[in-house]
Amino acid sequence: MSGSATTGDAHAFRDPQTPDATLDREADYLHAEHTLRSWFFTTDHKRIALLYLASITAFFVLGAVTAGLVRLALVVPDGQVFSNDTYNKLFTIHGVVMVWFFLIPSIPATFGNFLIPLMIGARDLAFPKLNLASWYVFMTGAFFTLVSVVLGGVDTGWTFYTPLSTAFSNTWVVPALIGVTIVGFSSILTGLNFVVTIHTMRAPGMTWFRLPIFVWTHYATSLIFLLATPVITLALVLLILERAFHIGVFDPAYGGDPVLFQHLFWFYSHPAVYIMVLPGMGVISEIVPAFARKKLFGYKFVAYAAIGLASVTFFVWGHHMFVNGQSDLASLAFSVLSFAVAVPSAVKVYNWTATIHKGSLRLDTPMLYAMGYIGLFVLGGLTGLYLATLAINQHVHATYFVVAHFHYIMVGGTVLAFLGGLHFWWPKVTGRMYVESWGRISAFLIFIGFNVTFFPQFILGYLGMPRRYHVYPPEFQFLNILSSAGSTILAVGYIFPMIYLVYSIWFGKRAPANPWDARGLEWTVPSPPPAHNFLSEPKAPEIPYDYPIQASESQRHHS
Amino acid sequence: MTTSDLALQLWPPAASATAVETDWLILAFTVLTLLLTVPVFVAITWFAIRYREGVRADRSSSGVRSMPIEISWMLIPFLLTLIFFAWGARLFFISKSPPADAMVVEAIGRQWMWKFQHPTGQSEINDLHIPVGQAIRIRMTSQDVIHALYFPVLRMQMAVLPDRTTEMWFKADRTGTYRMYCSEYCGTDHSRMDGRLVIMTQAEYAAWLQDSGAQQGGQAGAGRAVYEAYGCGNCHDPGARVRAPSLAGLYGRPVALADGRTVVADESYLRQKILNPNRDRLAGGGRQVMPAFQGVIANDDLDRLVAYIKATGPRAEQEDPR
Ligand code: HEC
Ligand code: HEM
Ligand SMILES: [Cu+2]
Ligand SMILES: [Cu+2]
Repeated sequence: MSGSATTGDAHAFRDPQTPDATLDREADYLHAEHTLRSWFFTTDHKRIALLYLASITAFFVLGAVTAGLVRLALVVPDGQVFSNDTYNKLFTIHGVVMVWFFLIPSIPATFGNFLIPLMIGARDLAFPKLNLASWYVFMTGAFFTLVSVVLGGVDTGWTFYTPLSTAFSNTWVVPALIGVTIVGFSSILTGLNFVVTIHTMRAPGMTWFRLPIFVWTHYATSLIFLLATPVITLALVLLILERAFHIGVFDPAYGGDPVLFQHLFWFYSHPAVYIMVLPGMGVISEIVPAFARKKLFGYKFVAYAAIGLASVTFFVWGHHMFVNGQSDLASLAFSVLSFAVAVPSAVKVYNWTATIHKGSLRLDTPMLYAMGYIGLFVLGGLTGLYLATLAINQHVHATYFVVAHFHYIMVGGTVLAFLGGLHFWWPKVTGRMYVESWGRISAFLIFIGFNVTFFPQFILGYLGMPRRYHVYPPEFQFLNILSSAGSTILAVGYIFPMIYLVYSIWFGKRAPANPWDARGLEWTVPSPPPAHNFLSEPKAPEIPYDYPIQASESQRHHS
Repeated sequence: MTTSDLALQLWPPAASATAVETDWLILAFTVLTLLLTVPVFVAITWFAIRYREGVRADRSSSGVRSMPIEISWMLIPFLLTLIFFAWGARLFFISKSPPADAMVVEAIGRQWMWKFQHPTGQSEINDLHIPVGQAIRIRMTSQDVIHALYFPVLRMQMAVLPDRTTEMWFKADRTGTYRMYCSEYCGTDHSRMDGRLVIMTQAEYAAWLQDSGAQQGGQAGAGRAVYEAYGCGNCHDPGARVRAPSLAGLYGRPVALADGRTVVADESYLRQKILNPNRDRLAGGGRQVMPAFQGVIANDDLDRLVAYIKATGPRAEQEDPR
């Protein structure tokens, strides 16, 4: 990557009327080669991103079907639909699949893979072969977990608490654990790749404070991948050994400490929440300025907030154990630190709102998702503060209040960001446009369906309905029926995009290089991008988010 | 608390001062969070209308500097929420410091039942009777996995761990029958590991103690302890992992055997079946997994055990607290 840094007319990519890609179709990454081999042995970050996209979509379907069955079971209070064991297996598979095989890899492994090199002006990630290897590692882990499902499932919950998981469950715990352990390595490889890429592969002139926030949040996410994942790997390996050989680390019958496992588990799994959240924030930080036509408000604050979140998140794991026999002093510290985490999260929400202020708004599908995201994420975040309040936690811990809270963050937040990003970059990835009206309808359905499904669960939780309950008291039935009804709307909202997006691949209009008139290097290359990304040397923009409307403060502070 | 099946309940009853204060805490916190977020939601909606593309509006820079704004919207909400951190912590610490005169109830959790033992020696399964207005301190432990004892009406729960004793204390201020749950997932019948919290007046409680004391005294009462000591309930209690016939109400009833005979379950049948279950196999082809207790249970204990089985009437459907 050397030589003169000149490109064509800088204005060419700002015009929404840019004609269809003039690139010879043979050269774009989708059409460069056609064999199966060219997909399964590709080292192109864009193709690997699509391999991931296909795999996690399949897992999302599995996770969604099991969620649907759980909701079906909860329509009646007396647990007549399934046996208790079947129900327990269903929510365990749902949790395991949604967390480890969908949400954690979702945005980083697809959009991160696809976009980071394009956004920083690189030809590929630093280690393309390692990138491919990470997908194979992921699929190997997936294989083990699916084996455990096919053999008869697991019933420990996605949290695998001891000694239930080590000594009492007689389901297929070990294959599931092996699967999840292996998947961790694919996260580590991806994180390593991103960190090295962002450090070493930036185009000339692409300084740290010219990077899109998407890259910043992925940098922060990668640090968590690298620092936290080894801990869960260790914990799960010990768990496997405990179950197989009774090594006496977690099982009190052999002198172990069952709560130790919870500490190790949450030492990873709380930061993992930010693995799921930060990339979504990155996506929203790209969409909002593009559709407000305005520079992101407080760019540097948002960038620092990402790193701040990634750091503080390592010190709050104990908020999952306030009522699990942890010392009261520890609970006090974990409580106040959890309040502190909310600060950098809130910063982002206020900054997105300020970005919209005095913008010139277009409410296209990606923007609708982004606005839905902001609303649901705020609700999820605030109810997190309730949970961090010791006296409230003592009541709503392990109830449906928690289920509602984390679904607002993970589904209302991250899945909406994922879908927003999917609609935003779909033209870039596939070279095709989807039908806008369908996009808006499904964004709307998802927002409504989501709230009808999960809002009643806050009430259920405060009323005292414990989570993981197949049989529940009849006075909770009305709200459970409401929740299940909402999930059918949600399901329709998820199925629509699968149809019209796939349809667009063959029948959609050709996408121009920059359909949204957005900033960022990824929009300067044709859609779909050429196999080697840039036809000429990319030139970093002087100011990130250089949209026509400048935020009031921008010239003064962040030039 | 009688409700029809589809009734919509929106707020749980509260039966202690801590529970009431917890409600105030969450309500006040909700007011604050509404103050912090409603403006954001209104602003987003308003901006989306006011600044739509094509709508004429003032889009000039308003000249505000970002630094002071950023700092203020970071710090002010944080400091305000800290009030609730402190309030929540205070309430939590109160609920961690039992008064010296608290009555101590021992609790044992095990897959999938609760056992409570009163200071006067009476014990009960899956129900907890307590007097109103008296500080109660529950000391609990588990015999297998982790469970958690949860009383929504007191807004309180605590983990029940296999390797140590945990505690909770409260002082109920309202009589009534309320729900009790296991709130830590503990395997197959986790959702059946529930029961009732019966809060009674002092006089009612005294009467209850006497009643159950009488019931539990004598041969049958001691038999219950033998029954538990040898883990009969692990197979014979409803919801047990092993499918074994229920022993409740067995005494005096005809039993169909695998060889076609029908015998009446009298004392000698019970004795014989306990000592050597492989004889006189039951009809129905269930798997015989019961160990023989010949030479295991001493004769006097066997007498007590049989007395206990005789004493258990036909198992009434567990009363519903609603
Ligand atoms: C490991 C499980 C298990 C344990 C522990 C166990 N049982 Fe049984 N028990 C069974 C099974 C299974 C049967 C049915 C045997 C058959 O099919 O003949 C049975 C049958 C019986 C019967 C006859 C029931 C009938 O309907 O006629 C009695 C009485 C009995 N057990 C008492 C006891 C007592 C008392 C204990 C504790 C000292 C005990 N059992 C412990 C599994 C168990
Ligand atoms: C990316 C999307 C999702 C993620 C990451 C996710 C994650 C989880 C997790 C981790 C659990 C806890 C499982 C356990 O307790 O072991 C859970 C439970 C649950 N999820 Fe989801 N979920 C997602 C989507 C959905 C959707 C769309 C629905 C609605 C139909 C749903 C319905 C439920 C229900 C009802 C439970 C509670 C089961 C119970 O406790 O009895 N989830 N989810
Ligand atoms: Cu956490
Ligand atoms: Cu339980």
